Amino acid sequence: MTEALLLVAHGSHLNPRSSAPAQDHADTIRASGAFDEVREAYWKEEPSLRNALRTVTADEVYVVPLFISEGYFTEQVIPRELRLEFDAADWNSDGTSADFATCSPSDVDKTVHYCGPVGTHDAMTDVIVRRAETVTGDPDVGAGVGLAVVGHGTKRNENSAKAVEYHADRVRDRDRFAEVRALFMDEAPEVDDVTDHFESEDIVVVPLFIADGYHTQEDIPEDMGLTDDGREGYAVPSRVDGHDIWYAGAIGTEPLMADVILERTADAGADTGTDAPTTGETTTMPADGD
Amino acid sequence: MAGARADPTPADALREAAAADGVDFDGLRAARDDDGFRVAVPEASYDGLSAAEFDDAVERHRAYAENWLFWHQHAPQNPAEWAFLRWVEHADDLSVPERHDRLRDGGLDREWGQLAIEAHIEDGRRRYELRHVDDTALDDLTTYTDPYEARRLRKTDDDGDYRPLSTAPTLAHGWAFVDLDPDALVRAAEGFYPATVANWHREREGDLDVTHWHETVSRQTGIYGVVQTWDRGEGHDHVNRVAEACCVDSQCLKRREWDYDAETPLDVARGDGVFPCREPCSLVIATARKWTRLESEQSRTYEFDLTPSEKEQIETIIDAVADGRIDEIREADTSDGANRYRARYLRAKLFDDEGNLCGVPTDGDDR
Repeated sequence: MTEALLLVAHGSHLNPRSSAPAQDHADTIRASGAFDEVREAYWKEEPSLRNALRTVTADEVYVVPLFISEGYFTEQVIPRELRLEFDAADWNSDGTSADFATCSPSDVDKTVHYCGPVGTHDAMTDVIVRRAETVTGDPDVGAGVGLAVVGHGTKRNENSAKAVEYHADRVRDRDRFAEVRALFMDEAPEVDDVTDHFESEDIVVVPLFIADGYHTQEDIPEDMGLTDDGREGYAVPSRVDGHDIWYAGAIGTEPLMADVILERTADAGADTGTDAPTTGETTTMPADGD
Repeated sequence: MAGARADPTPADALREAAAADGVDFDGLRAARDDDGFRVAVPEASYDGLSAAEFDDAVERHRAYAENWLFWHQHAPQNPAEWAFLRWVEHADDLSVPERHDRLRDGGLDREWGQLAIEAHIEDGRRRYELRHVDDTALDDLTTYTDPYEARRLRKTDDDGDYRPLSTAPTLAHGWAFVDLDPDALVRAAEGFYPATVANWHREREGDLDVTHWHETVSRQTGIYGVVQTWDRGEGHDHVNRVAEACCVDSQCLKRREWDYDAETPLDVARGDGVFPCREPCSLVIATARKWTRLESEQSRTYEFDLTPSEKEQIETIIDAVADGRIDEIREADTSDGANRYRARYLRAKLFDDEGNLCGVPTDGDDR
């Protein structure tokens, strides 16, 4: 009985970097030997979700959405487009606790284990901390340092904020950072006023986005005052209102994300072996959806 | 090569298969009955063989045994991939000896979209090369051996611009995938043109699951739900225009197999692509969302005064943009209405300071 991993990402019609995290993490996992087959599929790129399961040979497919929060995409669009008999109630989630549901797609003779998104898995908390270590170059970063976990935020879906607050709370509970805040791009408390929310001179800002693109490279850096034009880049750290802002770029590009993907599949019963993949050097800046 | 690898020799493997269920494949038949082994190829047949005689007979027709062994032990056994690899080397058209001669001397070729595939046998093993169809005669190409790199090469065209549609006829040039094994060839081809092998195979088997336009838009939700309102049961001209804009061969290499619905074919050429398109893609739906909004407007009557040449020039400019011809227009070729200087002159003459054509404001309160 062979097993396959299908990574599902948003993709983009405009931003070539949108699919980079899915491709990079797929390559890492393939090299680790955890799955016989590793494939990607996209909402906006190809293979489309509608054609994705037929690109897999294995009978058992673990589908992991590379999305930050639970909601419209993970509960409606992805299962519909993959032709899964799935109801969001199958996850029995409070908004951050989706695990997996086993379904039979209608267009192929396979068993699909449809996992919750990477963003709400507990292991994401470790990735946030790793991201802070990476951007500051300090493996012990925390003492006297503030950490802002930044989400998109949207009035349409309360789960969008829940995922961000969930991980901010979990990092705070570790008592590693002097201060931890959940901030948002499109709702209060807003990331524009990042320095108002911290007393610490050093503030690490980790955006909970899957890919680097317009939001993470232009919107947020400009809103925080790191740069007048995100297209020309920004300094790390940047001095703003007497604080040093260490802005990390989209968390989805962090190599440790590959481990979160594998954790999702292991929770759903995949036989991935015991060793986590060897994640390589952190790459900078791969994209988000249009 | 026998003994150099842990693999069974073709004769060993064939003898075992003959003794079990028998073999009937690509003109080779082998079996065992009470009189001993039987072997037959189109050119000859042998009965009542001992194991040693069987091996001798197989050796005399070695290409058949090697061919059988490759397709049953070395080639990917996924039916779609298997069929694709058979198609690549024209297995349905050429006899085994002819195929093997060609694979050993010069190779066999196929085109898959803008991919040129060459299959050959090297040191007893099938190997494949992949290039852009325009690059088959070039030898200064950047070579790749990791088939998964195709997913990255497909992202940009020759100008470095993003290609949101993998099957657009704008594949970049200058690369070659070399020394690919059968599985790697499939992965590379799929890296350039995702899911094409599976859907091509379904179509060949007569079970391509086409989802037509109306069903596809009826499924949409969220920001794309509005596209449903474009279908009003009053014909399908709007979908003809969508297909003409997005789905013809100049825009996408897939052959459109979907229509308005199962009973209502579109009036637009399906295209000549080797692989089918089984439903409107995300680009078509996203673009249709824009057209749905634009087409909800009521037309107005505007009055413009244009010279005959100015009217023709506007038509030429629209054609040039629609056909992607802008980059081909020479800097000083003022005979071309879409030439930049010609367009700038027209703008200087006909637009007012607000950018209104002939000074006529756009009346768009209802937009």
